[in-house]
Amino acid sequence: MSTPYAKLPAWADYVLIPLINLFVAFVVAGFVVILVGENPLRAAVVLVEGAFGRGQGIAFTLFYATTFIFSGLSVAVAAHCGLFNIGGEGQGYIAGLGIGIVCLAFDSVLPWWLTFPLAIIAAAAMGALWALIPAYLQAKRGSHIVITTIMFNFIAASVMVYALVGFLKPANSMAPQTRTFLDGAQLPKLNWVIELFGAKIRSAPFNISFLLALAMAFLVWVLIWRTRLGYEMRTYGHSSKAARYAGISETRIIIVAMMISGALAGMMALNPTMGDQHNVALEFVSGAGFVGIAVALMGRLHPVGIVLAAILFGMLYQGGAELAFEMPAISRDMIVIIQGLVILFAGALEHMFRPYVQALFASLSPRSVGMEAIKGKGA
Amino acid sequence: MDLFNAVIQVLDSTIRLSVPLLLACLAGLYSERAGIFDIGLEGKMLVGAFAGAAAASVFHSAYLGLGMAILISVAFALIHGFASITHRGNQIVSGVAINFIAAGSTIMLGQAWFQQGGRTPALASDERFGAIIWPGADALRGVPILGPIYSELISGHSVLVYVAFLAVPFTWWVLFRTRFGLRMRAVGENPAAVDTAGISVAWLRYRALICTGVLTGIAGAYLSMVQNGGFVKDMTAGKGYIALAALIFAKWKPVNAMFACLLFGFLDALSIRLQGTPLPVIGKVPVQLMQALPYILTVILLAGFIGKAIPPRAGGVPYVKER
Repeated sequence: MSTPYAKLPAWADYVLIPLINLFVAFVVAGFVVILVGENPLRAAVVLVEGAFGRGQGIAFTLFYATTFIFSGLSVAVAAHCGLFNIGGEGQGYIAGLGIGIVCLAFDSVLPWWLTFPLAIIAAAAMGALWALIPAYLQAKRGSHIVITTIMFNFIAASVMVYALVGFLKPANSMAPQTRTFLDGAQLPKLNWVIELFGAKIRSAPFNISFLLALAMAFLVWVLIWRTRLGYEMRTYGHSSKAARYAGISETRIIIVAMMISGALAGMMALNPTMGDQHNVALEFVSGAGFVGIAVALMGRLHPVGIVLAAILFGMLYQGGAELAFEMPAISRDMIVIIQGLVILFAGALEHMFRPYVQALFASLSPRSVGMEAIKGKGA
Repeated sequence: MDLFNAVIQVLDSTIRLSVPLLLACLAGLYSERAGIFDIGLEGKMLVGAFAGAAAASVFHSAYLGLGMAILISVAFALIHGFASITHRGNQIVSGVAINFIAAGSTIMLGQAWFQQGGRTPALASDERFGAIIWPGADALRGVPILGPIYSELISGHSVLVYVAFLAVPFTWWVLFRTRFGLRMRAVGENPAAVDTAGISVAWLRYRALICTGVLTGIAGAYLSMVQNGGFVKDMTAGKGYIALAALIFAKWKPVNAMFACLLFGFLDALSIRLQGTPLPVIGKVPVQLMQALPYILTVILLAGFIGKAIPPRAGGVPYVKER
């Protein structure tokens, strides 16, 4: 077992193994469906049809995917630096505070295309700030970033309840949420893009923040693979010792990486608030920060993979809603199970099937796994 | 006397609220001392709570419920072990996965089996763990000071409360006075040394995780069968994470763990008690601040401002036999 994993062709590494992991996760999910007395194959058909069958479904799928791209990128940036940012949920939630303040202040005076950049800055700044403290504590005081970011999720939840009840909600309202944003803070929909292809959409919250998400995915790719900072981050993530020898400042790289990660997590809040509900409400993030973990793992920390994985999870969320409607025994929580299974098989157990795939490749074509020399010697 | 009674009531609810934390905290102690991070305490408690309440309501027996809670919780601990020991996966990722699977499956199975919106049927009194009244508790109630302390604080809890507090000295004894405990601590500090001594690292860690599963199972059963007469979705509500915080607060020591959990339980009890009432000097404290206090305290502790918390050295690192 001590031999390093033999090299596989890139397509096997990046496509085949993730697909096997995903397949196994779905097979196990299928058993859960059997457990509640439904037919898993029919459930899968309903799910896919619900997500892609009609324009409405596609728009919703992409709407959910938008949020997941942000949260997936957030996890990935930190992960490239060897940090596990589990605090995307809290960073996104607290960003709602910045968005709320900006939108409430400017929605009556500015058009959306001026409010939006301000809101992006506010969201990114709040998210980055919320990641800054755990990052500083990790860099300077050595406190474990996983624990501190979890703690900050809970603290964010308390702060948001306090802010919403305390000063963000209108004085005469009981509901802990802001007033509905005016036109100046409502993002334009992108549904017409899907309608170009002939699909009909009644109403779906698919909006312009999707483009921001794609832009961020590109920028993250540039950052990680085309800049000096990204190189330093990857070096540190690979070996903190090597980075230290190379003269990379540990404090700086941890704090910068976490703040970028936090800023991305913060931007995740734009989609549900300005794009859909047009207010900031309690629990509006509703677990999207955690979905980012599954998305990043599934997408193998690469922006292209993350966008694809985010669409997959968007499909699960949208199709899952349809599924819950069609099959009463299956609730929307099925998605949470699938999410957990994907994290388990694509993340924690990612190498479980690797030896078998390697053996298969080695027996089919020894050259492809670089086993030639060893075989030659043996014979 | 009113103040005294109020204090007794707060302390009584402190005990009730700290029991699940304490059990989960000790559970985490076993696994982390053996070098396995366990973010999944939350999820294991949740499946324990669900399995316990579901089995108790189906079989009409509290003890069968407890047994089922432990069984399912151990099964989840073994999944964590399979991923992080056998396959050397990332322990945090595996823990997160377990939390998700637990959160989703309890609601879904609960809804499918009982059709009450993710709840289990309300448990009858013989399907729950009732309070144990100690001898003379009622007779002594009238005695000033000592009477209420004996009859309210010490007597009148369910068997699981006493199990939780007895688990503290027991864990101390296992950890520091048995061969298994010594080896477990060693495997959390330096697994290579344990391996060199001819002891299986994997099997030791699996055993530690089984202990974790047993304790989280009891913690879950406490939530759904003592504190609440049935399972409610997401009823752990972050207690697994607070337990983890308490574990760090306690610097991975059982007796400290008890005090840390009592402290967090006390904060919880106090925040319920003080809801909306202004305090002298400080004025009105927002409830949210009280609720966030355990987390803030943990962050401050982690930052090393209240003494340094040094985790087991091999924690979180999968063991590779040869290099």
